[in-house]
Amino acid sequence: MLLYLGQRIALFVATLIFASLVVFAVMQILPGDAAETMLGPTATPEAVAALSHKLGLDLPAPIRYAHWIGGALHGDLGLSYAYGSPIAPLIASSLAVSAPLSLMAMALAAVVGLAAGVYAADRRGRAGDAIVMGFSQVGIAVPNFWLAILLVLVFAVTLRLVPAGGFPGWHDPARAIGALILPAIALGVVQAAIVTRVTRSAVIEALNEDFMRTARAKGVSRRAALWRHALPNALTPILTIMGLQFANLIAGAIVVENVFVLPGLGRLMLQSISNRDTLVVENGVMLLAVIVIGLNFVVDIACAAIDPRLRASAA
Amino acid sequence: MTVSARFRPRGGVSLWLGATLVAVLIAAAVVSLIWTPYPPSAIDIPHKLAPPSHAHWFGTDNLGRDVASQILVGSRISILVGVIAVGIGLAFGIVLGLIAAFSKGLVEDALMKLSDFVFAFPALLLAIMLTSTFGPGVVNAIIAIGVYNVPIIAKLTRATANGVLSREYALAARAAGRGPVAIAIDHVLPNIAPALIVQATIQFAIAILAEAALSYLGLGAQPPETSWGKMLADAQNVLYNAPRLALYPGIAIALSVLGLNLLGDGLRDALDPKLKARS
Repeated sequence: MLLYLGQRIALFVATLIFASLVVFAVMQILPGDAAETMLGPTATPEAVAALSHKLGLDLPAPIRYAHWIGGALHGDLGLSYAYGSPIAPLIASSLAVSAPLSLMAMALAAVVGLAAGVYAADRRGRAGDAIVMGFSQVGIAVPNFWLAILLVLVFAVTLRLVPAGGFPGWHDPARAIGALILPAIALGVVQAAIVTRVTRSAVIEALNEDFMRTARAKGVSRRAALWRHALPNALTPILTIMGLQFANLIAGAIVVENVFVLPGLGRLMLQSISNRDTLVVENGVMLLAVIVIGLNFVVDIACAAIDPRLRASAA
Repeated sequence: MTVSARFRPRGGVSLWLGATLVAVLIAAAVVSLIWTPYPPSAIDIPHKLAPPSHAHWFGTDNLGRDVASQILVGSRISILVGVIAVGIGLAFGIVLGLIAAFSKGLVEDALMKLSDFVFAFPALLLAIMLTSTFGPGVVNAIIAIGVYNVPIIAKLTRATANGVLSREYALAARAAGRGPVAIAIDHVLPNIAPALIVQATIQFAIAILAEAALSYLGLGAQPPETSWGKMLADAQNVLYNAPRLALYPGIAIALSVLGLNLLGDGLRDALDPKLKARS
């Protein structure tokens, strides 16, 4: 396990470095001068030069990269051109919305998806299975932002149960969570549909294994065999897919935050795009990459902890 | 074997329902090239937000534009983005996947790690990066979605090609002195084509969803182009006055994606019966 862990950590760090190089290259080297982009086509060369100098953009690329990474490791992400304030606190406050939203959506997807998937696997080929699978097809086909608009239409416009959008802040936790429920449902439904499908096929595969027959022969009840033997053996593919899907969930959050006017990371990035605030976008994208790569690292480790066979590949 | 079992159509309900929905989508795009009830961008303020009627099947939007015409025309962008983005994915993905499968060792490892890495950047995130540097537009949206498709196709190509390369006929071709390109064209591609077709169908659906999301955010289709995603963004502004405007484009997107996914499932069952039991 230690060898495996060491290998995964080395790969994790290498991937992060590679990701930072890619993001840096795309955001800074390709478009020419970020200061020019920020100030627009009407800016004078002097103004561009002054802003370049202020933001440290006139330095050679390797030094800028070193500054960026060095600063990031100390929690200093540079200055936002549009907000005129440090980027790190801006991103931190947006994460206070986006992180709980993503976690709520993922939790919803896990609970609904696992339950529905195990149910469908248990009743495979029967009506219950067909109904669950039909719903999951629809769940995957419905765009999350359209579902978000429909939820607003039903619960805010028609029933007037919740506000149509906005975020009251965490000083009022009950209302804050209330404001995140509809966005979390909009985000979670697609993921739940995907988790359902993966769970169903993984559990069906586990149900066909010899140990299931052994468990039933020993007198383990059908229900106990399903939940205690089949599901744990099906967990590795489910966890892996959920880890991979997290990147899509975060991307979906960018759109859904926009529907509900939530001051999260997605909205910050979109506003920064229209403000031409390239540095904020760069750091935002990098942060999302770190989260996604980090989560998949954790999933890999978790899978190895669940399934010893996966560790053997390292030896 | 009974007669009915032998002649049962392969693929079943999924295939036919999916094929029908996709045919409707393509038909809408083709029809919109020759005819729409009204010019889709024609503004008619006196008749704005009109309810569905004989003159306007789906009513009009906040600028008096005919919604039915816009829905018809919107199918074009969805198909355009899907075809080109999936085409990019297939063109680069198949080549990279084949290189990985034939080369083995370090090159294979490097290519697959690279694929895993790109996988961490969903199409939407790539598009946001591209549009923040090159500006919003359909072309950048297509490139971003296309780049996202490359690793998915590359991984599938490598995995399925490896299976073919370990078969006797591929080994025999190699022993007979045939080069990798000849083996790839004669033996590998025909055998992995079904898996690629199925995956391309599913990626097409994902491309439509991504394009809709980008256009909704204002990063995809720009005025005067009509896109279902952009129609939803417009509809959200008049949600209190005309909630039905938020229904039509969403239904159009959902039915297109559902159709493509069902078609993909049905094709997989029809083309590769071995996979049927697992799905």
